[in-house]
Amino acid sequence: MKPAPFSIHIPDTIDEAVACLAEHGEDARVIAGGQSLMAMLNMRLAEPSVLVDVSRLADLKKLEIGPDGLTVGAATTQAEVFHHPDLATHMPLVREALTHVGHIQTRNRGTICGSLCHADPSAEMPLLLATLGGTVTLQSASGTRTLSASEFQTGLLETAKQQGELCISAHFPSLPSSAKWGFREIARRDGDFAIVAMACIADKGTVRLGVGGVSDAPTVEEWTDLATADIPDALNRLAWKMGGTDDIHASARYRRELVRRIGQKLIEETLS
Amino acid sequence: MTGMEDDVSEMREPLVGQKILRTEDQTLLRGKATFMDDIPIAKGTLHAAFLRSPHAHARIRGIDATEALKLKGVHAVITGEDIKPYTKPLIVGFANPLDYRGIAMDKVRYVGEPVAIVCATDRYRAEDALKLIKVDYEVLDAVVDPVRACEEDAPVLHEAAGSNRVSHRVFNHGEADKVLDAAKNKTQITIRYPRNSVTPMETYGVVAEYKPDTGGYDVTSNFQGPFSVHTVMAIALKIPSAKLRHKSPANSGGSFGSKLTLFPYIVVLCVASRLAGRPLKWIEDRLEHHASSSVAPSRVTTIEAAYDDDGTVNALRMEHYDDHGAHLRAPMPAPIYRMHGLSTNCYTIPNVKVTNNIVLTNKCPTGAVRGFGGPQLYFAIERVMNKVAKELGMDPLALMEKNLIPAGSFPYRAPAGALIDSGDYQQVVKDSVEQGKLDWLRERRKQARAEGKLYGIGFAAAVEPSQSNMGYISTLKTKEEREKAGPKDGAVASCTISVDALGSVNVVGDSTPQGQGHQTALAQIVADELGLKFSDITVNLETDTQKDNWSIAAGNYSCRFSPASTSAAKTAAERVRVKMTKVAGRFLNVPEDDIEFADGMIRSKSNPDNGLEFRRVGGLAHWSPSSLPEGMDPGIREVAYWNAPELTPTTANDEINTSLAYGFAFDFCGVEIDPDTGNVKVDHYVTAHDCGTILNPGLAKGQIRGSFANAIGASLYEEFVYKEDGTFLSGTMADYLIPTAAEAIDPVLVDTVAIPSPFTRLGAKGIAEGNQYTTPVCLANAVADALDYEDVTMPLTPSKVFGWINSGEEMAPPADEEQAEERLSVDFSGDALRGEGETFVPAPREKVWETLLDPKEMAALIPGCKELDKHAEDHFTGTLKMGVGAVRGTFEADIRLRNMRKPESVEISGTLDGSLGVSRGTGWVELDEVEGGTNVRYRYEIHLSGTIASVGGRLLSGAARLLINQFFRALVARAAPDAAPRKGLLGKIRSKFGGNS
Repeated sequence: MKPAPFSIHIPDTIDEAVACLAEHGEDARVIAGGQSLMAMLNMRLAEPSVLVDVSRLADLKKLEIGPDGLTVGAATTQAEVFHHPDLATHMPLVREALTHVGHIQTRNRGTICGSLCHADPSAEMPLLLATLGGTVTLQSASGTRTLSASEFQTGLLETAKQQGELCISAHFPSLPSSAKWGFREIARRDGDFAIVAMACIADKGTVRLGVGGVSDAPTVEEWTDLATADIPDALNRLAWKMGGTDDIHASARYRRELVRRIGQKLIEETLS
Repeated sequence: MTGMEDDVSEMREPLVGQKILRTEDQTLLRGKATFMDDIPIAKGTLHAAFLRSPHAHARIRGIDATEALKLKGVHAVITGEDIKPYTKPLIVGFANPLDYRGIAMDKVRYVGEPVAIVCATDRYRAEDALKLIKVDYEVLDAVVDPVRACEEDAPVLHEAAGSNRVSHRVFNHGEADKVLDAAKNKTQITIRYPRNSVTPMETYGVVAEYKPDTGGYDVTSNFQGPFSVHTVMAIALKIPSAKLRHKSPANSGGSFGSKLTLFPYIVVLCVASRLAGRPLKWIEDRLEHHASSSVAPSRVTTIEAAYDDDGTVNALRMEHYDDHGAHLRAPMPAPIYRMHGLSTNCYTIPNVKVTNNIVLTNKCPTGAVRGFGGPQLYFAIERVMNKVAKELGMDPLALMEKNLIPAGSFPYRAPAGALIDSGDYQQVVKDSVEQGKLDWLRERRKQARAEGKLYGIGFAAAVEPSQSNMGYISTLKTKEEREKAGPKDGAVASCTISVDALGSVNVVGDSTPQGQGHQTALAQIVADELGLKFSDITVNLETDTQKDNWSIAAGNYSCRFSPASTSAAKTAAERVRVKMTKVAGRFLNVPEDDIEFADGMIRSKSNPDNGLEFRRVGGLAHWSPSSLPEGMDPGIREVAYWNAPELTPTTANDEINTSLAYGFAFDFCGVEIDPDTGNVKVDHYVTAHDCGTILNPGLAKGQIRGSFANAIGASLYEEFVYKEDGTFLSGTMADYLIPTAAEAIDPVLVDTVAIPSPFTRLGAKGIAEGNQYTTPVCLANAVADALDYEDVTMPLTPSKVFGWINSGEEMAPPADEEQAEERLSVDFSGDALRGEGETFVPAPREKVWETLLDPKEMAALIPGCKELDKHAEDHFTGTLKMGVGAVRGTFEADIRLRNMRKPESVEISGTLDGSLGVSRGTGWVELDEVEGGTNVRYRYEIHLSGTIASVGGRLLSGAARLLINQFFRALVARAAPDAAPRKGLLGKIRSKFGGNS
């Protein structure tokens, strides 16, 4: 379980990083915390010949939390976000979800942006980006662009990030003070990949439910004036729409059932 | 040393029985331990990497290592054919035609089987070379179910054996058939025990070196015994066993049994070091450990019970299909025979019939795992006892108590031969019921059920065997075969104690510990015997087969330490004491029976002022041999080989006293099951153990808690999963889940009797495996009680348990079928990934057909494919680079078209072969003309093997779906380049949702 040979580039600036990515094209991968990529390298599931290590770029260490939301740089770790004194005040949903992201040890290395770019269908941060309607900012040699969650999240382990592009930051908007929220995750063990993870936001007659772990990418559904009696039908519709897949931990049916049953509980407790 | 141990010994009470902190922890907790991979190696040592089979079953037509050998740093690539001339087959406990030498020769029989060894200057280069080795496989059908494997038309793994059932034996103890046939009441249950293990933190590690001077081999490894297997290795290597020197490191990162089956690797690596001309080091990685080290045998058992109306069980009849995977490796199939004497567990059931089928299947071979045959047997017995109670409407505990071996009847000879040495089972149950608050628990269940909750109570009891009879495996031979081979019995333990010139004491034992605290316990015993402080005793349990005393029974397995190793230490210490008494007696001028050893003195009991310091007497034996009594050897070094006469050979009637000492475990528990998630919450757990004399309560509790944690893993989380085609899916710790600190459950430990064994020197029995026996079936009985469901299987995964609670699923609203656009379902159950779908292509059918079947066009359709070579109308090959996300692999594609009915339908089958694995798939495509274009209907099945299947399980279905999507997107784009993209490019897709909950 040793990686194939690769060379590692440790750029001093973002420009240098994107130039390096442009030069090496599909042979290059960005590494920040390495909590997914290192395992893939060791198992030789990925064999990039060039790694661009952005974890030490000061310009990517951004961490702003305020009434507008959370803006996090590509080199900022999950633990740094989690321990920010203002997180609980402005982004309580993000804080709750972060407790489910891996373990303390992996959060000390893993980054929020890395999780977004890895795009694991069960991961919590992509789910929150989708549910909160956040954005991702990408930079390449030809400039920067900012994509909405739905534009960025294209599928299983896939995003709209092109070769030569570096994710430099992500923004998670905060919720209006009138909004209520809830979060539930079902996993085999503490810290495991979610079988199903759900975030719920209720505000001014609308209910928004984000679901991870069932489809290839987070799915967000929004209802207006959802009557309590209509919740089961709405969730059944959503469950069948997402479908779900079987794996060794859970069947597709089980995932759909969790959407129905735990989704119901989550919506009810969010509205209450 | 801390001052603490000294304070303890100042109390002048025996150290045995006291909670003394482990001396080992000073090293372990400070990170100063020397594990296998920490041992410095000789300059020039090469590093090995194994090329392993991606297939569950295949014939090897050829291996080409030319390209691998060109790689810088690669010294040798060694295959089974190279190993063969230097070895003989690795023998097992009965005559058979199986030829197993630790590496594949003509065939591979499980995913992960070693095929070749690369020897290179470092592990990185060795692994680089693996993908350059070309192996030509002819893939064969695989079989993974042990019952199916015994059917006549099943694929046969070992042609020489003629059948996958390599041993079949029927044992009659009493008249079970007669009793069952005549019984008024009888019942039966079939159980399936899964494939699991206990995974140590440290994996296998070996350094092997050929010694040209002796023609032998020097090996350092974390092999743990039994050292009977040293004999197996020496015979296989065709050398006198003294020339196979095996050393073990000072510390072990755990084994739980698994490191027994390191031995085939030792044989292979010895020969490889000889062929490579250098010492060779190999450290197993986690994927290798999961796929190909060792697991406990999974088992299918049908068990029947005959019983009276009052709950007396009169007979048991059971047939086991014991699944040993692809090869039998010594001492397999030992687990099933280790438990044979205990085929009636802790009950006075006079008749038992046992049928043992030892079966080979296309899975990782088996070996020792904590529990060693007990979990499988007791799961069946305790489930059928539970069912008898249910059918009688009796309380399960009352039924168990009705049948428990009564106190006062020990030693008790069980019908299958176990001589159960001592116990008071009724008292253990009584203490548990009181301390574990069974009445409260029953009330709790009542209340929970009144609130509509799913709540159940389970019970389980087990006899805990320790110190295995080395002869029990011969029970699988017939009486005639045994007579021919000669008797096998006993279980020898050895210990050497030396007193040096300054009077300090050194103890060397043969227990190869894996972290249990053997040093601490042995120091307690020897210090007591010699009247010394705990800190005066040094214990070294490293082993060196050329320098230390050992026996074939040496090693760390089957709870051998507490009964056997302690008895040997006690015996050796007594011999030291006898010798030093004689020496001191001359100087003290008192009779030997007036001499005591206490407080570091050897002195007169009647006149304690008349004494000599222990160290002075020790010194005399070295500095002044002339002072010693006549005829006495100088120096003090006493060796004890200890054996128990109760361990007799198998009788003519196949009765066998399988172990020496038998403890008792009794558990009960309450579980609550969440009807919405299927999650089984262990609400209350009570466990009681009588392990005879408790040597050190801290060590004993540590063993109980450790075994309980492992058993929680086996019950709730752990299973090595294989698909029906032999694909292995549990390669990582994200697939094979073990309980972590967050999942730990703190059981109620009952304070109960400690009835000494009359057969061991200190009265001690083993305690390290009890909860492996009781906990899984205790939880299963509780789940059965909560759900009124019979076919409870481990592990209790929420998805599976959910299916037991809830039958049907709410249907999709009909109007939503349209919404299912762009969604395909992949069925993960069964032997392959299967899926089907339908897509609309806005192009004429002829055009779509041409696009599908033109090699240039097809190359454009296949994700990552640049070019295809056309060899015939229906045969294409090419190289493609594809993947999902960061996961990328290069594959050789071989595509064939069959049953072409232009332009209506075609069958496309292909193989992708690459370093990530091999996939074989078939797609059936049908083209229908519809308005404005063509409707393409397809279904496919894909068999995946190798690394990608073993480590990527969670995302496999999604990845397959993604790649199929890419294919059809490309088809639309190529066949109808001008068509305007529309929402839901794939059109309407009808999906079949497969899989079981």
